[in-house]
Parts: sequence; C-alpha cells; structure tokens
Amino acid sequence: MALLLILLPLLAAALAVFLKVPAIRVRVLPVTALLHLGLLLVLLRGWRELPQGAWLGLDALGGWVLLVISVLFTICALYAPSYLALRPDRDHRVFTVCLLAFLGLASLLCLARHPGVAWVALETMTLTTAPLIYFNHNRHSVEATWKYLVLGSVGIALALLGTLFVAYAAHMGNLEEPLHYTRLMAEGERLSRPWLRAGFVLTLVGYGTKMGLAPLHSWKPDAYGETPGIVGALLAGGVTSCAFLALLRIYGVVAAAGEGAFARELFLGFGILSMAWALVFMVGQLDFKRLLAYSSVEHMGILVFGIGIGGLAARFALFHLAANALVKSVLFLSAGNIHRSYASKQLPQVTGAIRRTPVSAGLFFLGFLAITGLPPFAPFISEFNIASAALTLGHPIAGTLFLLLLGGIFLTMSDTVMQVVFGVPSPQRVRTPYKDTFATTAPLVVAMVLALGLGLHLPAPLRAMLEAASQTIEGGPPARSGKMAEVPRGLAPTEVRP
Amino acid sequence: MSPDFLIALTMLTNFTLVATSRVNKAIQLAVFQGILLGLIPLAMGLGKHTHILLLALVAIAVKGGFIPYLFRRALRQVKIRREVDPYVGYTVSLLLCAAGTGLSLVLAHALPLKAGTTPTFLVPAALATLFTGFLLLVSRRTALTQVVGYLVLENGIYLFGLLLVEEMPVLVETGILLDLFVGVFVMGIVINHIHMAFDSTDTRFLAELKD
Repeated sequence: MALLLILLPLLAAALAVFLKVPAIRVRVLPVTALLHLGLLLVLLRGWRELPQGAWLGLDALGGWVLLVISVLFTICALYAPSYLALRPDRDHRVFTVCLLAFLGLASLLCLARHPGVAWVALETMTLTTAPLIYFNHNRHSVEATWKYLVLGSVGIALALLGTLFVAYAAHMGNLEEPLHYTRLMAEGERLSRPWLRAGFVLTLVGYGTKMGLAPLHSWKPDAYGETPGIVGALLAGGVTSCAFLALLRIYGVVAAAGEGAFARELFLGFGILSMAWALVFMVGQLDFKRLLAYSSVEHMGILVFGIGIGGLAARFALFHLAANALVKSVLFLSAGNIHRSYASKQLPQVTGAIRRTPVSAGLFFLGFLAITGLPPFAPFISEFNIASAALTLGHPIAGTLFLLLLGGIFLTMSDTVMQVVFGVPSPQRVRTPYKDTFATTAPLVVAMVLALGLGLHLPAPLRAMLEAASQTIEGGPPARSGKMAEVPRGLAPTEVRP
Repeated sequence: MSPDFLIALTMLTNFTLVATSRVNKAIQLAVFQGILLGLIPLAMGLGKHTHILLLALVAIAVKGGFIPYLFRRALRQVKIRREVDPYVGYTVSLLLCAAGTGLSLVLAHALPLKAGTTPTFLVPAALATLFTGFLLLVSRRTALTQVVGYLVLENGIYLFGLLLVEEMPVLVETGILLDLFVGVFVMGIVINHIHMAFDSTDTRFLAELKD
C-alpha cells in the first residue's frame, strides 16, 4: 500500500507527458495532490506498525515529513492551474511533469528505510527540480539553474560519500547489508567511531548544501529569486525538508551509537551561523523574493539549532518544519502574485502593493508576521519552545544569541516588507492586467488558516506522532532508554503547547 | 593486472587532468579514468560474483560509452576547444593536486581499515580523486570542464565504494550509476541553454545574480 504513495504521483507524471489538452493536463496536479493526501492520511494510522527489514515503510518521522510535504504540495497544486493560465507563453508540460515527479520522489525519500535509497531519491529530486527553476527560460534563470545543479550535485555527492562512510563503519563492526536505519540504530555500539564521525560530517555538509545552511546556501537566493513563487514554495518547504529528513536519519544513527553530543555541537554551530548570515544579507535587501530566500536560510538554521539543543527543542524543530512550510507557501505564492501584478520584484518599483493587490499583499504581510514569530501563529510556538529549551537545558549563550538573531531578523525584514506592502506607490510602477482572483488567493488563505490553527491546537494523533518522531531522531524508542541518557539534563523546560 | 597498478594509474590521471588545457583531452582523461575504475573490481578478482561483474560492465558502458557520447554531443553544439584563462593556472593546479594527494594519504592514515582489506591504497586514492574533482570544479571557467570535474568527483566516490562493493545492495548501486548518467545528461542540456543565452559556455558570464 505504501508503494502507492510513490507510484500514484509518478504515474500521474507519466500521464501528464501524454495528455495533449493543456486544460486537462493541469487539472492532473490538484487531483493527484488530493488523492495523495487522502491516501497518506489513511496510511498514517499505521505508522506504529513498521515491519522489520522492510525497504519502504512509514514511521513517525517519515510520516510527519511526508504529511507536511503532501499538504504543501496540495496547496501549490490548487494554486497551479490559475498561475499557469497567466503564463500561456511557457512550457506547461515539463513543469507539470516535474512537479508530479517531485511528489513521487519526496514520497520515496520519506518511506525509504535504507540510506542508499534515500540518497537516490534526493539526487533524482535535484535533477527533476532543475527544469522547474529554469521555467522562465531567460539568462537569469539559466544562471540560477546552473548554480543549483552544480552546487546541489556536489553537495549530494558528498552526502553519498558520507553515507558510504557510515556503511563502512558498519562493515568494520561486522554488520552486513542490508543496513536499514532500524538495524543501524539497534546495533549502534558496533559501528566504528572514526568512520561514523567522518561520515556524519560529510552528510551534514552534503545534505546541508541541499538544505541551504550557511555558508553552503549560495544557490538559494538565485534559485528562489528566479523561479515562479510556486516553485519557491516547494523548494523552501519541500526539497529542503527532504534534505533535512535525510540528514536526521543519519543523525539518528549517530545518536544511537552514542556520538550525539559531537553531532549536536555541529548542528548548533551551523544553526547560529545560518541565522546570522541570513540577517546580514537581509539588511537593505531590495528584492523581496531574495529576501524570502534568506528567510529560508534562517529557518533551516532554526531547524538544525533545535536539533542541536535536543530534547524538547528537537520535537519543536520538527513542529517548525510544518510551520515553516505552511507560512513559506503563503509568502512565496503571495510574493509571486505581487510579482505578476508589478512585473517586478524589486523595491523601488514595487511599493504600496496593498492598494493594487489587497488580498495578496495582506497575506504577504500576515505571512511575514507569522514567519518572524508573532503569536498566535505556528512558528511562534516552535521558536518560543526552542528558545526556552535552549535557555533551560544548559545553552544560555546559544539561547540568547538565538533570541537576538530572531529580533534582528524581524527588524530588518520588516523594513523591506513594510515598504512593499504599505509604501507610497512608486512613479516607476508598471501597469499589468493581473488582478487578485479567488483561484490565486484561496489556496493561500487555506495555508494561512492551517498555520494559525496549528499555532492554536495540535490534534492528539499528530502530537503522538511528533513525540515518537523526535525519539527516533535522538537515537531510538523510549523502550531502549539507556541510549537516551545523553540528552542534556537541566531544569525541566516549561512547554507552551499549541 | 594488479589492482594496485590500476589505482596508481587512476591517481596519475588526476595529475594529467589538472594540467591539461584542451577540453577534449580533459573529457577523454575523465572517461579513461572511469573505465579504469570499472576494471578495478575485476582485477580484484571479484568477477566471480555475477552481480559485481554485471555492475562493472554497466559502469564501463556508462562511463566509457554513454557519457562520452553526451560530451561529444555537447561539444559539437558549443564548439569549444580550450579552457582559456582558468581561475587557477595549470602549474598551481598541479601543485595543489600534489598537495591534495599528500593530504589524502595523511587523512586516510587516520581512518582504520578492516583487517584483510587488500588494496590498501583505495582510501587515499579515493580522497585524492575527490579532491581533484573539486579542484577542477572551482578552478575552471568553462561549464564543460566543470562537468568533467563533477565526473572526477564521482569517480573518487566510486573508488571508495569499491571497499563495500561486496556488501552493497545491487539496487542502490544501480540507482547511483543511473543518477550519474542522468546528472551529466541534464547538465549537458543546461550547458546548451547557457550557450544559447550567452553565446559562450564561460561561467564568468553567470554572475549577474548577486546581492
């Protein structure tokens, strides 16, 4: 049954290749997305019964990430027909096929129980998303695509080497293939330490490049800046989440082997560096799509920072994955609408968008408030809990830096966003026929409502899944709590529950 | 042929690669290296396992047949002969490559090998080849030479993979080979588009996007 989650989008992609009528082809997207989401919701009931030794299967962690991606994809797929109708000049066939293939590969990655399979899924995903970045077929988009391909491929090559190192660590410990995650984690003590550590560093750098952690993020502003908003949303909430999952799987093995402390220090370093780097490049950023790209660098930093703190913060890092994906979809899609309306994404040309596209600009502003951590939206819950865990679990300096950086980013980001949304209309502005319609804004409203709802209430089944997922990444289920002792102990942090 | 001889030849190819200015020759060398790597598992006497024999043949076919074909096609379309004015000169590249190879030997020394591993040179050779690939990627301007760098980088990883070739599931290895092939294919298409957009494959022109 789980195989269907992978096959459904891939078959739909194959179907889209052969469909001649553009109006029907584009409808394949929302239909597939809704079917995928429905199927996933049914299958998610069984995340507790993962068969031993299976090559594919849903566990709490993979299920959670795939749920986030499936919801995000559905929002984007509902938006796609109205967007593509605005771009009759471009090749819709390649675009539709690549989007559907992305969903299939994301499913493969989330279901994969073997690091090699996960790697193949992520590499193929890099290749299928490249044509999406090249959608506009101009000099800028070819430049962005080339950088994305070369940097992404090198990063992913390093991740492969890291994966092979981990496999060799198992080989040294006389563990034979197939090395499923469950087995690697159960036999953690037998892995050779030098190879495991070297392997983790390589996978961190490799998958970190795909996630866009500073200083390995240089493809990100170019790619996000030059693609349609819909692709930006999928990259910022989907592809990066996939790379994060692949990294978390390896981290789970490292933590189960008792080397978690070493890995967490690296996570903390990369987290703080990414947030600081994003802050610096957000100052005076005139291009609002690039601004969102740096915001994505920041939020990838928050994710690894949370994992680096561990315990409660790790659980809320996973929660943040969903919060970030939902709010980023609102931001990228509304930015795309504003871009359409002004035929520009630069500041002097685009000001006072609230008058021309009131719904999109309003959503863009709400998205900005949400992503920078204002209550009661979901990112507030995760950012608050990560900070409070950092301060109470023995990382006072890192926690303080985290809060300072969040504050700084709010201030710098608001500078550009306020001008785009509320500024005095520029005399250089261009008139375009684009007007906000129901079809181009309703999916965004859904995403915004979901982000708000998640901030107010997390349903019990999701909470249970999230807890199990955070135990998986820290080295194993609580039944084997002997391995969990390395989670730093301190004052019990007070958790603000959504 | 002993595997040690093939591994030494692979490492020598690294040096020739960084010292050549002709794009055509760089491609030939990377392909030659790929075929060498395909032969190593056979020289290690692993040909008796059918799945390894098959994988080695597929690797040789992909790296010695399909990939050169893709390169020749790209080369015909973009009509480029020489790497002019690289970011790092050939002499410096050669010195860096030598330093990288030395460093690989030191690094490999720090990583213990399982007792009874026969070609002990495999790990330093893999790291050195990886480093060479990196060097080519960052020091050359032409998009085609950068793809050669990516190919050499993958060769380095393949070399390390030989340590695990008896254990690795066939499924995973086939996936990796397929991805390499498709990766080069997609890059070839993008190079063609770079050529159409800029009338050159010099990546120096790909610098319009910045903050």
